[in-house]
Amino acid sequence: MSEPRMRTRDFSLFYGEFRALNRVSIDIPENRITAIIGPSGCGKSTFLRSLNRMNELIPGVRTEGSVMLDGEDIFRKNVVELRKKIGMVFQRPNPFPKSIFENVAYGPRIHGVRDRTRLAAIVESSLKASALWDEVRDDLGRSGLALSGGQQQRLCIARALAVEPEVILMDEPASALDPVATLKIEELMEQLKRDYTIVIVTHNMQQAARVSDFTAFMLTDEARAGNLVEFGPTREIFTTPVDRRTEDYISGRFG
Amino acid sequence: MRGLRRRGLAQRAAFSVMWLAAAASVAAMLLVVAYVVVQGFPELSWEFFTTSPRGGLSGEGGISSTILATIYLVVCTLVVATPLGVGAGICLVEYADHSRSPAARRLVALARFGVETLAGVPSIIFGLFGYALFVTAMHFGFSILSAALAGACLVIPVVIRTTEEALKSVPQSYREASLAMGATRWETIRKVVLPSAVTGIATGLILSAGRIVSETAVFYVTLGGSYRTPTSIMSSGRTMALHVYYLAMETRAFDKAMATGAVLVVLIIVINLVINLISRRLSAGTGRR
Repeated sequence: MSEPRMRTRDFSLFYGEFRALNRVSIDIPENRITAIIGPSGCGKSTFLRSLNRMNELIPGVRTEGSVMLDGEDIFRKNVVELRKKIGMVFQRPNPFPKSIFENVAYGPRIHGVRDRTRLAAIVESSLKASALWDEVRDDLGRSGLALSGGQQQRLCIARALAVEPEVILMDEPASALDPVATLKIEELMEQLKRDYTIVIVTHNMQQAARVSDFTAFMLTDEARAGNLVEFGPTREIFTTPVDRRTEDYISGRFG
Repeated sequence: MRGLRRRGLAQRAAFSVMWLAAAASVAAMLLVVAYVVVQGFPELSWEFFTTSPRGGLSGEGGISSTILATIYLVVCTLVVATPLGVGAGICLVEYADHSRSPAARRLVALARFGVETLAGVPSIIFGLFGYALFVTAMHFGFSILSAALAGACLVIPVVIRTTEEALKSVPQSYREASLAMGATRWETIRKVVLPSAVTGIATGLILSAGRIVSETAVFYVTLGGSYRTPTSIMSSGRTMALHVYYLAMETRAFDKAMATGAVLVVLIIVINLVINLISRRLSAGTGRR
């Protein structure tokens, strides 16, 4: 395995006095899909949102340990630059109440692209990359909110791609979608991993098994802090887990 | 089975009482409006709108100068109150609530308490404050400027609160999406949050305009009450509502007071209709979420 794209070492996160994550160490390899699984409340979303420092929006959050992107400490980086490199797709589709075009053009505009033809090109390529272009190409002026749930989520993926990130974080991106839309998102991820490094949080074990190359299994300890139980290639986690708790979880004995 | 019947009866009785109460309040409101409009209507004419009051005890003349004074005052008040009120609302919701420093959070709690309190203070207090500060201490005299500043103090709490409500109704997920793309907090506010909140904020501003149109106490002690057409922000003047007050208290022209009142009532109704229209569009716009 080559140098990991992102690496966390003994990463802990506190809400005030409460420890929500306990010394999590994971290597996130480039151009692979890394899934984070575990029961509700195990800290998997919190961990994901630490990778682009979204948890900083919550007052009273404190961290220990390190998170590196390409060998650089993300907490020393400018947060705007960091989030430009690490895009995010959320659990519920959250397009802006703007047109499809304006949704996708939002990020590039923020980062200084003014030229209309260049914006149009970015919008087209992003919508193509998120497999939405054919469905919306005739009416980019339509409100993003007028799309179906699955289309909205692909619009959000296009919006994230338009900023040209290197890593994409997905927080249960299909949990609010129907099976058909879910399948589309999964196929899309498969394509996207050629160009991007993807980290996905999911409570759906089948989904993790289907789409991911690596899987991290998290669980809360007695103090309700999220711990990493096991991390490895997805096939090994699902067929020959080392830890007894991983085996219990993936075989459906709890969770 | 008898229990069931009795419960049905109780429900019907309760609903009847509530219907009666609703009908009574609507009737009372209609009665006031109808009375003023009917009493005032005979005096209404083109001249009434286009000539100034003649002054003096007779109360003769129209209301043109008071219409102009009202418009000037509403505009000047909103020019002062909008940036301050909207700015304060943005600050409270978008910045202060996220602040990590306990001192800042305490300050915000204090500011909120202040806003709530100010919203409940009788308007004459704002008038006295405006008189003491703007008219006397700052030598602005009885003028549209003094009145607009005092009026701004009166409506700023309204603007702050409606701005806060409008901002809070913007889904947090919009902000997250924007921030996660590397937008700064200010870019997020300017390009995502404010456009989504603008109708709610506009509602607050129109509400404030209505408040200025109908206010008398504040302007009684700051605007001076001249019946001449104001020519600058240093001019004295009287709004339509003040004019009604002067006519009723200092002249025998009760019919003119009623006519002016009728115009005011219609104006207020129109303002409220506009607010309704806007908020309906607002809820239609966010209906999909």
